[in-house]
Amino acid sequence: MADLYPIRLTVNGESHQCHVSPRTTLAEFLREVLGLKGTHLGCEHGVCGACTVELNGRTVRGCLTLAVQADGAQVQTIEGLSRRGVIQDLQDAFVQHNALQCGFCTSGMLVTAKELVEQRPDASRAEVREWISGNYCRCTGYHAIVDAIVEVLAQRKARAVLPMEEI
Amino acid sequence: MATLAMRLSEPALLIDLSALDALRGIARVGDRLRIGALVTHSEIESSPLVARHAPLLGQAAPHIAHRAIRNAGTWGGSLAHADPAAEWPACLLALGGAVIVRGPDGERRIDADDFFVGLYETALQPGEVLVATEIEPAGSDAWFGFSELARRRGDYAVVGIAATASRAGAALRAPRIALLGVGTTSARARRTEALLDGRALDAGTIAQAVASLRAEIDPLPDLTHSSSTKRHLAGVLLQRLLASAQA
Repeated sequence: MADLYPIRLTVNGESHQCHVSPRTTLAEFLREVLGLKGTHLGCEHGVCGACTVELNGRTVRGCLTLAVQADGAQVQTIEGLSRRGVIQDLQDAFVQHNALQCGFCTSGMLVTAKELVEQRPDASRAEVREWISGNYCRCTGYHAIVDAIVEVLAQRKARAVLPMEEI
Repeated sequence: MATLAMRLSEPALLIDLSALDALRGIARVGDRLRIGALVTHSEIESSPLVARHAPLLGQAAPHIAHRAIRNAGTWGGSLAHADPAAEWPACLLALGGAVIVRGPDGERRIDADDFFVGLYETALQPGEVLVATEIEPAGSDAWFGFSELARRRGDYAVVGIAATASRAGAALRAPRIALLGVGTTSARARRTEALLDGRALDAGTIAQAVASLRAEIDPLPDLTHSSSTKRHLAGVLLQRLLASAQA
């Protein structure tokens, strides 16, 4: 049996010290060791996006990251982002637009969408579609998801403008 | 990593290089643009130095998979993996330059044209690590083009072309035309390059170049496209790129 490797990492703001097998992926670690089941396993080779999490502030595929590679890192899963309230507007918009049915893609979609609205606040509808093209949804047909994200982009832009107008 | 998941690689030992900061960074070094092996695709995509000195890379980067892949995948990793359908190997061939590797015997430089030798095979010797590449920055008369066909955004290329040249009036000088998704390795279309070199780009020249490319390449079929379809599509892409170069 392979040696276990010690890792220390922060997940959703909490520190953890664990021993993991080198072959354990970050997604498996989050789900099986930490019990954070919001991160999903779909294709397990990086194309479907269901395993998307934040590693040191950037979205990555949990299935293509080994847990040992997250040693010393800050990880945010859907549970952490949701609890912090930083994707509340995205979640509300998803609900309003019926942008989820079975919910399997949703955590990955939200993590991906969060990076978009932060990195590309001026994204067009076409750019939103391109950005989420790495997250597969088998239920909704995508338009509702795009609608939700487009609405949040508009909302955030309006909020950013408001303080100046009040002056 | 994906090859591990698909059981295409079964390494007994996997070494994580990500703590080697010396392999990071994009910088002008002398008259060259140096890109470290650990620079991520996203960093290339958003780098002002790349936009200025190697804009071909900025144009190709959005075609690489999706954002979450680009945040983790690296320039050196892609080059060393040498997938014939990947963007960076063809781009490196189009740009030219040197691949810098380091091993037990020290550092050496491998010309880009000598680096990709076969399917998933490079000139790296056992024990060597790709450290960085150095490419010549684009001159003021530089032309470049990148075009890729994929069934869906982010898929591996069905066929693609990365090309650079210098403008000389209505002609392209010293063109470098590299293909992706066509053979077992990214390769330049040398005969077509020679045909185009220094010739004014008119409809006749473009038609001859397209015919030359189709005759020159020997595409392998893949899961979704036959050799003849790839051959045809390669010509279509070259036609489009050269037509845009006319403008």
